[in-house]
Amino acid sequence: MSTLESAQVPLADPVPSPAPAVPVTTARITPRHSALVRITHWITTLCFLALLITGGEIIVSHPRFYWGETGTILTKPLFRIPIPSSRSLVPTGYGYVLPDQNGWSRALHFQSAWIAVLTGLLYGIYGVFSGHFRRDLLPRKTDLSWRSFSAALRHHMLFKRPDEAEAWSYNLPQRLTYLFVIFVLFPLVIWTGLAMSPGFVSAFPMTVILLGGRQTARTLHFFISIALLLFLFLHVGMVCFAGFRSRMRAMITGQLSPSTEGQ
Amino acid sequence: MTDISRRKLITTGLAAAAGVSGLGVAAHLAKKYGLVPPDHGGLYGLGETLTYATQRLLTRHSLAREFSRSQISERPLPNEIAPLSDTFKRLQARNFADWRLTVDGMVDRPTAFSIDQLKSYPSRSQITELACEEGWSYVAEWNGVPLSHVLDLVGAHPQATHVVYFSIEPDWWESLDMADAMHPQTFLTYGMNGNDLPVGNGGPVRIRVPRQLGYKNVKFITHLTVTNDLKKFGKGLGSASPEGGYAWYAGI
Repeated sequence: MSTLESAQVPLADPVPSPAPAVPVTTARITPRHSALVRITHWITTLCFLALLITGGEIIVSHPRFYWGETGTILTKPLFRIPIPSSRSLVPTGYGYVLPDQNGWSRALHFQSAWIAVLTGLLYGIYGVFSGHFRRDLLPRKTDLSWRSFSAALRHHMLFKRPDEAEAWSYNLPQRLTYLFVIFVLFPLVIWTGLAMSPGFVSAFPMTVILLGGRQTARTLHFFISIALLLFLFLHVGMVCFAGFRSRMRAMITGQLSPSTEGQ
Repeated sequence: MTDISRRKLITTGLAAAAGVSGLGVAAHLAKKYGLVPPDHGGLYGLGETLTYATQRLLTRHSLAREFSRSQISERPLPNEIAPLSDTFKRLQARNFADWRLTVDGMVDRPTAFSIDQLKSYPSRSQITELACEEGWSYVAEWNGVPLSHVLDLVGAHPQATHVVYFSIEPDWWESLDMADAMHPQTFLTYGMNGNDLPVGNGGPVRIRVPRQLGYKNVKFITHLTVTNDLKKFGKGLGSASPEGGYAWYAGI
């Protein structure tokens, strides 16, 4: 605890390391990710998985999507997902009806949404006041030249593994992706979700009117969730690619390499 | 170690104590102002309570969206219901002339209303959306008498906190808090799009609560009870829905 407290400035190991092959960067004591970022990351992960599973379960009761204000099994859908349903009235082409799971799915969906939103608020306030957004997520001035952008992109496209120094901060494509997820996809998925709540829209009708109707909100909620799911695949894929153990360690203990653990 | 961590320990302790007592005060106030739903216990009680309390604070007087006549759905879905009982069929055969809606509990004048009686009171209509928890929705014009009018007629007691309502079909009952029961858009609905309410949509009389999802809009209403204690009904969770795993409050 005390070492973390006093290590506001990243320090090199004061004692010459017995293994000089270890780069100086790995001996830093400042965590790669602050405790608040690590905790909110994993709470969000749990909530997101719960929202994903329960959201899918709710779709099973009506795997049809519409555009505009209304839509039922008597109207033409925008598209439908070719899966069996948990309601006998839905024409699926399957000869059987799945058991109803909507009760607990809805309850867990909304409870996870509450926890995710409150966690997101905490993270947002922290991000603004600690400088986390400015320092870690907003593109650096040097990133904004076309040359460095194309270099970063080429680096990505060639599937080059990040080196040790890179592991201490995000490159430009990472920064832009995280900014997009945090400030575009998350707000949109919350907005389209709230637009489906009859109670909420009675107080704030513009939430659904601006989207063009309840069924449009539902369809967009589905598409944005798919985008978030794609981000999850990309994110986990990149973590595996960059080094699953070191990146997981960094997000769990804050330390990038085992040599700095326990210091 | 010592100075910083002692200071940190004291601050953390104080913050924790403030947090716990803050939660205690919040729980007390929430109970006092009727912000705790009857199904607040259990694994998902936190989410249910946060939703109900927040929406109750935001939506006590808000109105559900109303639509223009041109937005009325061509085919209002008569959705899935269990095969109707013989009692229902017998009443249907006489065109519901013998249908009675009994209102009792914390009221001055317990009364049994016929459909014609309900129709004789000032009628109101609303073009609102019925949204099912499954995801589908349709817009229709609903004609009926505001529940508040009927509650005034029978002299509901001011101490009442909830209205419990029962379908003629067994095990199908729900309840509303007084904010929703007295809400101007909460109707005892007997008509749809200018005609009698079809049986498939809940006729002869259905509760219409447009700020909540379809399943609170119980079909074939025969009995209303005004109460200040939901614990006396069923398993004490407020309605049949929580007994089947669904939320009592369906504003979301």
